Amino acid sequence: MKLHLKVWRQKSGNRQGHLVDYELDNVSPDESFLEMMDLLNEKLIEKGEEPVAFDHDCREGICGSCGMVINGIAHGPKAAVTTCQLHMRNFKDGDTVVVEPWRASPFPIIKDLVVDRSAFDRIIQAGGYISVSTGSAPDANTLPVGKEQSDLAMDAAQCIACGACVAACPNGSAMLFTAAKAAHLGLLPQGQPERNRRAVLMINQQDAEGFGGCTNIGECEAVCPKSISMDFIARLNRDVLVGTIAGAGRVEA
Amino acid sequence: MYVMTLHRSSIGKKIIMAVTGLIWVGFVLLHMYGNLKVFLGPEYFNAYAEGLRTLGAPIFGHTHLLYVARLVLTVALVLHVWSAYSLTQQAHHARPSNYIVRQKVQANRASLSMRWGGVVILIFLIYHLMHLTWGLPVAPGVFVQADAYHNLVNGFHFIPATILYLLGVIALSFHLYHGVFSAFQTLGLNNQNTETSIKGAALALSLVISIGFAVVPLSVVAGIVR
Ligand code: HEM
Ligand code: FES
Repeated sequence: MKLHLKVWRQKSGNRQGHLVDYELDNVSPDESFLEMMDLLNEKLIEKGEEPVAFDHDCREGICGSCGMVINGIAHGPKAAVTTCQLHMRNFKDGDTVVVEPWRASPFPIIKDLVVDRSAFDRIIQAGGYISVSTGSAPDANTLPVGKEQSDLAMDAAQCIACGACVAACPNGSAMLFTAAKAAHLGLLPQGQPERNRRAVLMINQQDAEGFGGCTNIGECEAVCPKSISMDFIARLNRDVLVGTIAGAGRVEA
Repeated sequence: MYVMTLHRSSIGKKIIMAVTGLIWVGFVLLHMYGNLKVFLGPEYFNAYAEGLRTLGAPIFGHTHLLYVARLVLTVALVLHVWSAYSLTQQAHHARPSNYIVRQKVQANRASLSMRWGGVVILIFLIYHLMHLTWGLPVAPGVFVQADAYHNLVNGFHFIPATILYLLGVIALSFHLYHGVFSAFQTLGLNNQNTETSIKGAALALSLVISIGFAVVPLSVVAGIVR
């Protein structure tokens, strides 16, 4: 099939960017979106032009590196997949496809479609430690965890930190990410002692990084490649409320 | 008193907005209930208006509880609007340049109009107080202190005021459809099992409020209440 591409090109963070038109022929419906981008880059290299820079690593939807806003939707038109797992059969011959990077101040553009997502690492760091004993593995079943509870923790732990929630949120909020990261530990017995404190420290870092606040619109949940639920945001709100009132995260005599 | 540090984080500001918003929801419901007494005639309605002033008697003096309510509502409104403003600024800094192509996936009109809708409500609220509470000269006709019935009927014969009133009511019902759901989510009282019922209740509330408020000016214009 043949596609009219409009791709965001930006030489570096401090240069102006703009959409550039490309015509691409012989796109196979079995290709992934990234393979289609590879095809475009090969054509550009043949012509002696600079290829489009984009992030990718695993190409199987688990590393969270890839991410593009495709026709106005983070990770494109198909729900619950990453850009690398989006196949070209979701597009029709002759379609115009607009490709833009994640847009949010805390995710500065490095080049073309590549953004710097290290703000996420700092939110996780701000959360701090949990109290687990190191050393030899504990005996099995010394710490019982309910099935429902562990399932829920696993749902939250599915977050691959791709940043689609931030990209889709009209407020540029990272709440779904922060909520998932706080919940997968906060739902387990090992995460209990620091649960509320971690929530407060993480939200403070999220604010400090320049992300917006949540208005419960739900665009994040709709584009999340791992279908992480906004329930975790309600849970984070609760933990922050309790933590703030209790003065969690403060060290005072 | 760590509760006083809530305003420092974005979630804290949302919690302030949710609590103050719910206080206003309570007021709005009582106010609507009171307004509907206009259908029972002038004596009944004016007695109700006077009753608000003698509320809590003989333990509380004339208008004392009314002023307490006014104080609570004013403080709540200031906090609500301050948090809304502060979070709006934060959101604008987080997304200074928008996408060239943008498609929404599940956001609805109510959730996307909270800020502008809030501004409409605020403008309406100020005019409404000048018009029917303080009796300032913002509409034709005579304002008679202690004759709330007359002021209401006279007030809604001024069509621009009626239109602004109806706009305010529509803005409020949109605001509450998303706002009430949002408040539960913000306070951590929502999950997938409760979402449908909370959204249903929010829809019912905004319908009741929009109809309950709109029938009064419409009945005046139609000559049913005169
Ligand atoms: C009778 C008056 C009002 C009532 C009953 C009311 C009620 C509410 C409620 C219950 C919420 C939900 C809190 C939350 O998001 O968790 C809310 C949110 C909000 N309100 Fe109001 N409000 C009123 C007036 C205003 C005014 C005057 C403004 C602005 C000038 C405003 C702006 C907002 C904004 C921006 C939100 C946040 C929306 C969101 O997070 O999605 N409101 N309001
Ligand atoms: S490249 Fe790893 S998730 Fe897409």
